[in-house]
Amino acid sequence: MKQQIEGSQAIAQIVARCRPEVIAAYPISPQTHIVEALARLVKAGEIGRCQYLNVESEFAALSALIGASATGARAYTATTSQGLLFMAEAVYNAAGLGLPIVMTIANRALGAPINIWNDHSDSMALRDAGWIQFYAEDNQEAVDLHALAFRVAEELSCPAMVCVDGYVLTHAYEPVDVPEQADVDAYLPPYEPVQVLDPDDPVTIGAMVGPEAYAEVRYLMHHKHIKALEAIPRLGTELSEQFGRPSGRLVDPYRIEEADTVILALGSVNGTIKDAVDDLRDEGWPVGAVKLGVYRPFPAHALRRVVQDAKRVIVVEKDLAIGHGGIVSSEVKMALKGLPIVVETVIAGLGGRPIPKASIVRTVKAAFLEGLEEPHFLDLKWEVVNKELRRQEERRRSGPTAANILRETGPFGVRVL
Amino acid sequence: MHYQRVKYYQTGTFTVGNRLLDESNRTVQARMDRTNSLNSGHRACQGCGEALGARYAIDAAMRAVDNQLVAVNATGCLEVFSSPYPESAWQIPWLHSLFGNAPAVASGVAAALRAKGKDHIRVVGQGGDGATVDIGFGCLSGMFERNDDVLYICYDNEAYMNTGVQRSGSTPPRAWTNTTPAVGPSPGNPMGVGKNVPRIAMAHGIPYVATASVADLHDLEAKVFKAMGIHGARYIHIHVPCPLGWKSDPAHTIKVARMAIESGLFPLFEAEYGRVTDRTSIRRKVPVERYLELQGRFAHLFGDPPDTEAIRAIQAIADANIDMYGLLSEEGQRGT
Repeated sequence: MKQQIEGSQAIAQIVARCRPEVIAAYPISPQTHIVEALARLVKAGEIGRCQYLNVESEFAALSALIGASATGARAYTATTSQGLLFMAEAVYNAAGLGLPIVMTIANRALGAPINIWNDHSDSMALRDAGWIQFYAEDNQEAVDLHALAFRVAEELSCPAMVCVDGYVLTHAYEPVDVPEQADVDAYLPPYEPVQVLDPDDPVTIGAMVGPEAYAEVRYLMHHKHIKALEAIPRLGTELSEQFGRPSGRLVDPYRIEEADTVILALGSVNGTIKDAVDDLRDEGWPVGAVKLGVYRPFPAHALRRVVQDAKRVIVVEKDLAIGHGGIVSSEVKMALKGLPIVVETVIAGLGGRPIPKASIVRTVKAAFLEGLEEPHFLDLKWEVVNKELRRQEERRRSGPTAANILRETGPFGVRVL
Repeated sequence: MHYQRVKYYQTGTFTVGNRLLDESNRTVQARMDRTNSLNSGHRACQGCGEALGARYAIDAAMRAVDNQLVAVNATGCLEVFSSPYPESAWQIPWLHSLFGNAPAVASGVAAALRAKGKDHIRVVGQGGDGATVDIGFGCLSGMFERNDDVLYICYDNEAYMNTGVQRSGSTPPRAWTNTTPAVGPSPGNPMGVGKNVPRIAMAHGIPYVATASVADLHDLEAKVFKAMGIHGARYIHIHVPCPLGWKSDPAHTIKVARMAIESGLFPLFEAEYGRVTDRTSIRRKVPVERYLELQGRFAHLFGDPPDTEAIRAIQAIADANIDMYGLLSEEGQRGT
């Protein structure tokens, strides 16, 4: 049944119905509403014997879940941004130990400058840690992906992140159908670990491995991701049959037929992109879109199949590889290697900067007419940047950059566009 | 297992025969059914205090909980010398995650056992002083503060030995390490630095805190046994000499540890809910030189001329401990 509900509340409800046994979390905006709701459900005894640990840091949160998961418990946490970086060592460790923990990332920018708003810098920074990464377009998808994440993670013994755009989705009220407990139970069986700390059958977990075996252990982590490319669509189809909605698509095309140019993105911006595609199509521009629903494993073959007839792929990404450019576009280029397709990078939406439909439409037309510089920074205030660069050249002691920029753009909280 | 006070029948010795104890109080290691939780064949150095301490501590914990035990280990010497698979020396379910997170991992294990209704299985977290006093201290404090049902054992060898002897927050004043070298006008670790984690543990008001030493293994076993009979957060800080890092004779590990106790530099005590409840009296007080001169890490104090000022300052620390814990008083004496 559909409810008009905040994204975070819907996520908390589906997580609760996945019957986690241990939740450990540390508060950080914009993840807080999810873990507050779960704390309430645990305290009220509505998630069985589930334990909620109020830990002292994100590092402790994921570390506690490493212990819980190795003890055979279904384990969940949520975090974002600085919190994800603070737990980074444990993020890699959980994957290396093959523990199927599920973690919601309420995507948020990284400091400095400190910024609590949405982009994908955080989850992109940890993209190679060995976790499966799902990206939700809307809150319905966010809900369904959590059930899928537990199923895929536990089948493969591999942790999974469900990346949900902070504020844009976590704090948005939308009509969402949170599957009933019986449907979730029918889809998600109890967790059967492949390794468990058991006094009756003692094992050593986390042994030291030297040069003679490390590569093999790491390859087997990679192999799980290769298997995930098959498992995600299969278990997604199963979920679709249970919940009555499509789910688990690695790549999701929109009006791709005879599209000369394809816009590719992850997460909630795909809604705006589809509107832009509609407008451009109405004006006769042959444009389509592709959403990447999964970023790890990277669905290279599926992507190649979907966009092979296009001439241009414009990657709109909410991250910046400093000193390089686009993270996603680099991987798209690799996936399309050998095909006569131009891949362009549009860095957009950093630190919560809105990505208006008009900006996308304008950028796509510019790509058609004159091509884009690489990378293209969407709606970057070049006059502000250039003024600051001049200032820095004139004075050695030019002061804190963030303060100087704010002096130009107006204080925190003014209109951003 | 209660702690039985026994009389020394032999003079001039600090040992007491196991056979003088009640059957129920005899040492766990002397029993045929000891679990050898940390089995022989591991790669610890000759004379390793940590290996000795861990074997006694974990076997005692196993006996206390009828072998229903899970151990979580921080990165460090104990982890490295015991675990290179398939040569794991651990005969118990054992998990190593990271250097700085063992207390949090142990909290998670305890939470999972509670969620699964398996509370009868108990959890021990363990690590060296680097993992405990320094890098894992936040997680340790969090575990204490939440009063999670974990016994955490610190094997304190007073420096980062696994990485080749660098200073930790537990390195004593004036000790040489590779990052507090014995050079310059004030050689070794500075005076007036470092932290006392047993006292900090007590400040959390947790049910049980104790210090122990490999010089008194029966006392160590008894404290572990007692700790496992209590629920909630518990902490035992075990002094474990490291011949490599202390530049001491591997044959002198027990002697060095005993001199630390007898000089007053490492007081043995128990505390419950933040209050000291018992301590081991010093039987024959020795000057700190007797402890320091056994260890090459303090050799620069005994040059020509000796650094009498530093030795006097270290003696003052020992005397302050003796005064603070009443280590020379007859009252509350145990083990003599």
